[in-house]
Amino acid sequence: MMSSFLFRAMDARAGIFLALMAAVIILVPVGNLLVPETSPFHVPTYAVTLMGKYLTYALLALAVDLVWGYCGILSLGHAAFFALGGYAMGMYLMRQIGTRGVYGDPLLPDFMVFLNWQELPWYWYGFDMFWFAALMVLLVPGLLAFVFGWFAFRSRVTGVYLSIITQALTYALLLAFFRNDMGFGGNNGLTDFKDILGFDIQADTTRAGLFAASGLALVVCFLICRSVTRSKLGKVLVAVRDAESRTRFLGYRVEHYKLFVWTLSAMMAGVAGALYVPQVGIINPGEFAPANSIEVVIWVAVGGRATLVGAVLGAVLVNFAKTWFTAALPDIWLFALGGLFVFVTLFLPKGIVGTLSDGWTALRQRRISSDFGEGSGDPPSQAPQSPGAPANVPPPGPAVSRAGAAHPQPAE
Amino acid sequence: MTRATSLLYLDGVSVAFDGFKALNDLSLTIDPGEMRAIIGPNGAGKTTMMDVITGKTRPDSGEVYFSGAIDLTSEDEAAIAELGIGRKFQKPTVFESHTVWDNLELALKAPRGPFSTLFHVITGAEKTRIENLLELIRLTDKSSELAANLSHGQKQWLEIGMLLAQDPKLLLVDEPAAGMTDAETAETADLLKDIAKDHSVVVVEHDMDFVRSLDVKVTVLHEGSVLAEGSLDHVSADERVVEVYLGR
Ligand SMILES: Nc1ncnc2c1ncn2[C@@H]1O[C@H](COP(=O)(O)OP(=O)(O)OP(=O)(O)O)[C@@H](O)[C@H]1O
Ligand SMILES: [Mg+2]
Repeated sequence: MMSSFLFRAMDARAGIFLALMAAVIILVPVGNLLVPETSPFHVPTYAVTLMGKYLTYALLALAVDLVWGYCGILSLGHAAFFALGGYAMGMYLMRQIGTRGVYGDPLLPDFMVFLNWQELPWYWYGFDMFWFAALMVLLVPGLLAFVFGWFAFRSRVTGVYLSIITQALTYALLLAFFRNDMGFGGNNGLTDFKDILGFDIQADTTRAGLFAASGLALVVCFLICRSVTRSKLGKVLVAVRDAESRTRFLGYRVEHYKLFVWTLSAMMAGVAGALYVPQVGIINPGEFAPANSIEVVIWVAVGGRATLVGAVLGAVLVNFAKTWFTAALPDIWLFALGGLFVFVTLFLPKGIVGTLSDGWTALRQRRISSDFGEGSGDPPSQAPQSPGAPANVPPPGPAVSRAGAAHPQPAE
Repeated sequence: MTRATSLLYLDGVSVAFDGFKALNDLSLTIDPGEMRAIIGPNGAGKTTMMDVITGKTRPDSGEVYFSGAIDLTSEDEAAIAELGIGRKFQKPTVFESHTVWDNLELALKAPRGPFSTLFHVITGAEKTRIENLLELIRLTDKSSELAANLSHGQKQWLEIGMLLAQDPKLLLVDEPAAGMTDAETAETADLLKDIAKDHSVVVVEHDMDFVRSLDVKVTVLHEGSVLAEGSLDHVSADERVVEVYLGR
């Protein structure tokens, strides 16, 4: 059961992606640690960290693609889950500082001493242990998503209304985390980290390790997303996306399906946040900003909805552009991002990956039918696979097009 | 006819939309194994009746029972589908970005929970069942075609196939012949008659030739309640029916 579940995740496209990721995960740290600085192949530490940050963004985009691309839940609040995962990791890192803080308090983080707090709030207990913090990285976003989803999906809040309440959710958290008496460092957030799992957080080796961990987390989550979306459950998700009420009349409890992917996705976002924080060295309430969540949606749209690989590509490309723009033309960035979104919506509605694989399918289609037309043998035995479509079992008949446009339709 | 021995039992069902009575004290009984045709002018409440039976719309008053004992007004769409009531919509609704095969696989009777579907591996029996259905609805060679690329008539048939895949006790079929050619309409009637051999079926249709060829008891709805009931010839002879419907 489990093996066939995982087996489903694999095909040529996943293979290419995994090979690329393996190369990145190995070569970047090698280029940083083993290649001498004088060599043109040396990767400077700041670049390792920057790319590590991109990888965590890619994981966040993957999480959004899972719910938006496959199930039609347009979340404009995923940065909240990301930030919560980040805070859980930040709390662990704060407690690792110990007496090395400015005030040298063995138990209380600096900001608590500054606020004249006498003891550690109960919700900071346990975060001195990595395993506990790691668990919270999954559980806190997961639980919040579960409770939120439970109410939202059961009350059948959908479409733009759901998007708006996800914005409200992240905005509410933003305001809450700004308050000093919440006990999360208020405006300044959590920072001045010293080490993680006993390793100096500034060391090149740690940076490389964090980079590799981010890459690995991305690969694992990618495989999970693939297995999920290519299972029968994945087909139900797409059915919900395209014709939600029709799916209900087939006997599927749509709210359970939504709750499942929504919670899974939130946990992935939490992991992304947890890997992000030690690399950028700070987590503050700004991460909850509603605009952040919207940006993630743009990454996914640029890369291609419901393609998984596209979400990763979109996140990396847009953030690369952002890094370049904010250095070269800082005033232009927001306009460029807005323009990009408009361009993609108008001219590349399927995003980069979606458009490319459509083109590829069409090309193979033509080649197959021309081969067939020349009478060069048996009818083609393999119908080309459509990009977003889950793994398919039917015995392929004569070559048929699967590239046709499918539009979501309301069930009557 | 009493509730206890009925398959579907509606008594005094009323539904109002903003004061407009779409169903007005509607009472109707379907026997186990029966096939019933429902006719009526546009806006008579036929689709609304199906909405009430399948849990999409809650009646303002009245009783709706399935198999004599199950109160459908307190169940939701998924539960009602699981009880064994399948529905084909007036506007064909299939999953457009899925293949024909996947549409059938999704409809196939199987555990509906997320964890069952997550780990589901299609069995040989399921494949055979889907292949048989494909043959029945004449879409075998379209098996891996996206449903979006089907013609209107083919979508109607696919939806009927999905209905059968669910293996329901009662099929509610809303205007199966709409938008079909005469030949397709005749084939659809044959298909439904075939299905009716081992299922209970309620068919809503405007096409009188179609209804005639089904040769079953007909219920005429008008302004949300039953106007007449009986054989097609019997109701056609009813003056009020002629007035509201046939005589237009
Ligand atoms: N959700 C709704 N809100 C408001 N009015 C509605 C709603 N659903 C149906 N109606 C109205 O109720 C009446 C009955 O509609 P219904 O769709 O049941 O008719 P019908 O018999 O199926 O007609 P047709 O033959 O055109 O399909 C119509 O006047 C319709 O406009
Ligand atoms: Mg109708």
